[in-house]
Amino acid sequence: MTIAVSILPERQLAALNAAYRQAVARKRLRLFAGAALFVAALILAAVGAEVNLRTLFTYFGNFVSYFDRILTLDNGQRVWTDPAEWLWGWRKWLKMLGETLLISYVGTLIGAVLAFCLNFLAAENTSPAPWLRFVVRRLLEFARTVPGIVFALIFVMAFGLGPMAGVLAIAIHSTGALGKLFAEIVENADMKPVEGVRSTGASWLSCMRFAVLPQVSAGYVSYALLRFEINVRESSVMGFVGAGGIGQELVVAIRKFYYSDVSAILLMIVVTIFIIDITTGWLRGRLFGKDARL
Amino acid sequence: MKDLERPDTAALRARYPDVFERPAAARLAMPAMIAAALAVFAFGLNDLGFEPAKFIAGLRQLGWITMMMIPPDPGSSLPLYLRALGETLSIALLGTTLAALLALPVSLPAARNIVPPNIIRFPVRRFLDSIRGVDTLIWALVWINVVGLGPFAGVLAIMVSDFGALGKLFSEAIEAADKKQVEGIRASGGSALHEIRFGLMPQVLPVIAGQVLYFIESNTRSASIIGIVGAGGIGLQLAEQIRVLEWQKVSFLVLMILVAVAVIDFISSKLRFAIIGRRAVA
Repeated sequence: MTIAVSILPERQLAALNAAYRQAVARKRLRLFAGAALFVAALILAAVGAEVNLRTLFTYFGNFVSYFDRILTLDNGQRVWTDPAEWLWGWRKWLKMLGETLLISYVGTLIGAVLAFCLNFLAAENTSPAPWLRFVVRRLLEFARTVPGIVFALIFVMAFGLGPMAGVLAIAIHSTGALGKLFAEIVENADMKPVEGVRSTGASWLSCMRFAVLPQVSAGYVSYALLRFEINVRESSVMGFVGAGGIGQELVVAIRKFYYSDVSAILLMIVVTIFIIDITTGWLRGRLFGKDARL
Repeated sequence: MKDLERPDTAALRARYPDVFERPAAARLAMPAMIAAALAVFAFGLNDLGFEPAKFIAGLRQLGWITMMMIPPDPGSSLPLYLRALGETLSIALLGTTLAALLALPVSLPAARNIVPPNIIRFPVRRFLDSIRGVDTLIWALVWINVVGLGPFAGVLAIMVSDFGALGKLFSEAIEAADKKQVEGIRASGGSALHEIRFGLMPQVLPVIAGQVLYFIESNTRSASIIGIVGAGGIGLQLAEQIRVLEWQKVSFLVLMILVAVAVIDFISSKLRFAIIGRRAVA
């Protein structure tokens, strides 16, 4: 088999080559302009954030040695040589971890229920009135954008120190995040069943219950489980502002330089998060099949 | 109009046994799960000290606080707050960029199509996972111990925690890349580095750029809170004003954060579309 490559006449080729070079040059120019802009922004940011490379170089050893220190027991041994001494407070810490899990569970559930109540009003295809949709959407946006820990700070002032503030903060933040995701699922739902139900003279509530809900409930549960995973992470730091959970213990250990305690608590948090991630992943796969693992 | 015929339920039941006579396990599974979920919920409410009286008192307090927040008013510290906001944006931008630079080389050994043996990939992945498992605020506390209070600790905290997340996302993007380009480079005699540079990177870089932009966006949010533990930015001001109960300033700061996040969202989504087109939004 022979392949003939036809070579264009010189004049035509020159014109095409010139056009090609011009296009490449334009692309390069755009890339360089973008890169220059980005570097300028970075330098500006470095000045703004008081980045001091000398500090970093001087103290980077500290960062490494910090991990050395948190992995060393008081008697100078490595932590894993004496697990009983390392994890001496495991009873207390497990209890706090349990509290953390409960905070995220209760918070996620409240958030999911609130999001469930609001999402039909926020979705474009099911909302009964445009003004209502607008209001609900803005509310959800607000709940989602304000960071959970800011809510926790304010709620600690209102409800007092303790896990209640953490639960409510997580609940509000989850309402915002889940409400948006739920509404998106509803917007993707098939509207024909709704028309079918409405043609029998059903009310708006019945339409939602019998036509929309069966299509979307699996997606809801899946997103709620995913949110639970995220909330476990978030509630592990709620204690930093006094809103309950393991964060309280951790912040005390870090601030008071109880080095081996820091590593022990961090280890327990990371292991818990692993277990939760794996369990919810398995549960999602189990409930909805492999393809529904969003 | 003729009345609808009454369906013969007995005949229907006989004809579709698996609809009407579902086994007890299938019928009870759902209510049992809901009951279990509610039981844990009730236990949680009890264990976490939810009392109606306390809750209502708190709500009243919250209502009062909300009233105190209106209207938002920065007082005379607006320039200070604007500087803090600039600091927050700087932390987000710098932290994410550094994280991306660090994550790129590490994501290669974590990707299946670059390093097939499990023995290298598995530890790298677990390492990235454990970094991700620790919250940004915790990293901020650790870095404060190392480089002292201030925004620099925030930059480093964002860098480390995003390093874990971006490393994982990058390696997934690399795994999703098309193998044919790489094979083409190999067929024309390229080395392994050539394969990565000319076969892989042109496919992967736009996806990575999109993800980095998205992270800058979401880090504006994270950077606005790490100040709460002392790592600079607007969170520091926010936590301070909440502690001294200056509610008008608090609401103003929250509004500032909301506006900043919305603006960054807008810019970065425009940029994302410009870089990668509408199709590949991460």
